[in-house]
Amino acid sequence: MTWEPLWLSFQIAALATLLSVVVGTALALLLGWRRLPARDLFDAVISAPLVLPPTVLGYYILVVVGNSSALGRAWEAVFGAQIVFSFTGAVIAAAVGSLPLVVRAVRLALESIDPSLIAAARTLGARPRRVLYTVVLPLAAPGIVAGGMMGFARALGDYGATLMVAGAKIDGVPTASIFVMDQLLGGHDDQVFAMSAATTVFGVAMLYFANRMTRRFHRHL
Amino acid sequence: MTVLEAKIELTRGDFRLSATLSCPPGITCVMGPSGCGKSTLLAAIAGLAVPERGRVTLGDEVWLDRARGIDVPVHARRLAYVFQGLALFPHMSALANVGYGMPEVPRAERAVKAAALLERLGVGHLARRRPRTFSGGEAQRVAIARALARSPRLLLLDEPFSALDRELRAQLTALVRELVAELRVPLVHVTHSVAEARQLADQVVRLERGAVVARGTAGEVLAGITSLDD
Repeated sequence: MTWEPLWLSFQIAALATLLSVVVGTALALLLGWRRLPARDLFDAVISAPLVLPPTVLGYYILVVVGNSSALGRAWEAVFGAQIVFSFTGAVIAAAVGSLPLVVRAVRLALESIDPSLIAAARTLGARPRRVLYTVVLPLAAPGIVAGGMMGFARALGDYGATLMVAGAKIDGVPTASIFVMDQLLGGHDDQVFAMSAATTVFGVAMLYFANRMTRRFHRHL
Repeated sequence: MTVLEAKIELTRGDFRLSATLSCPPGITCVMGPSGCGKSTLLAAIAGLAVPERGRVTLGDEVWLDRARGIDVPVHARRLAYVFQGLALFPHMSALANVGYGMPEVPRAERAVKAAALLERLGVGHLARRRPRTFSGGEAQRVAIARALARSPRLLLLDEPFSALDRELRAQLTALVRELVAELRVPLVHVTHSVAEARQLADQVVRLERGAVVARGTAGEVLAGITSLDD
């Protein structure tokens, strides 16, 4: 069996997780800001990927980053390549799907921080940025890691949105989930089983180690 | 002589706080039943709560003057605040907690200063440990050390000793008394304990339902009173 699809899925999921953790943490902080206008609406829009069919989500991503969109054209002008039907497109599709999971986990973590710790940092002379980097983010770290884990799991298994945005193959290689579907349609049951088993073992192992890491993190608090 | 002058008018739902304080260097105990606005008054002095109207000055520094649109941010008010729950940073060692208030001091010097403060408060052995391993009394001492690290011009204590037993409380109040005499700054101490106020206060201010109902020496304000919760 070829390992290329699994390796491709891993690369996409890892980069998508990184992207969704950075963007998701920033969005969670923004949503925690009490004076944000239309906060509930904003929250609902960010959570939309959880309830939308993957093909609909893929369609929206195509509208935003497609070759005829402003973003797609700007990207092509700068990097000389298009986003759709590329590795970048697959990363974006997976990241958008993971984003609401990250935002939710980080928001929960932020809300559970004792406000007196933030007040204490301020009375000790810390400006808002220092409070963020030295108190808020370190205390939210277990939640950020947990969000990243769920985001990774979601990104690893993405099918519909990836297919819409990146196509069936990236440089001739399908992602693991698309590979399984292809092989199933082709009647190669042994390949389907092998890739399913490999993806399962890999996914469970990743979550197992991430869980252990989070617990170790918690013990430090 | 640095005197804290505060006039605070603040409304939160049904509750209204309207209080005036004048605190010379030394200890002012603010007393009153639960929910009378003691902690809110402290938070407003620190800048953690924003009053609708008010003025807070410390010596010649104006920290808040709503009428003139002055509101110095919390981080720029050189004060020390010891919270009821202490609010020690759980992810930092005692040394890092104490060092937090002096980021402008070079790292090596900061560690030496923080260690000296912990030593001074009798908890030097905790330097490398994290708050979750501290006993109640140890945590209080670390919290006081952290507050002093900023070389504050004003100390605000929000019932930090309320969870301690009598003996430990007596030890810490004696320590606070000694530190304030040394620093020669005003200290506003919110407390429930009449005994603590008698032992500590140069001035006692009694609050009830958001208003000052009495002020004077402990002897004057607390004559014949054993508890304020009744």
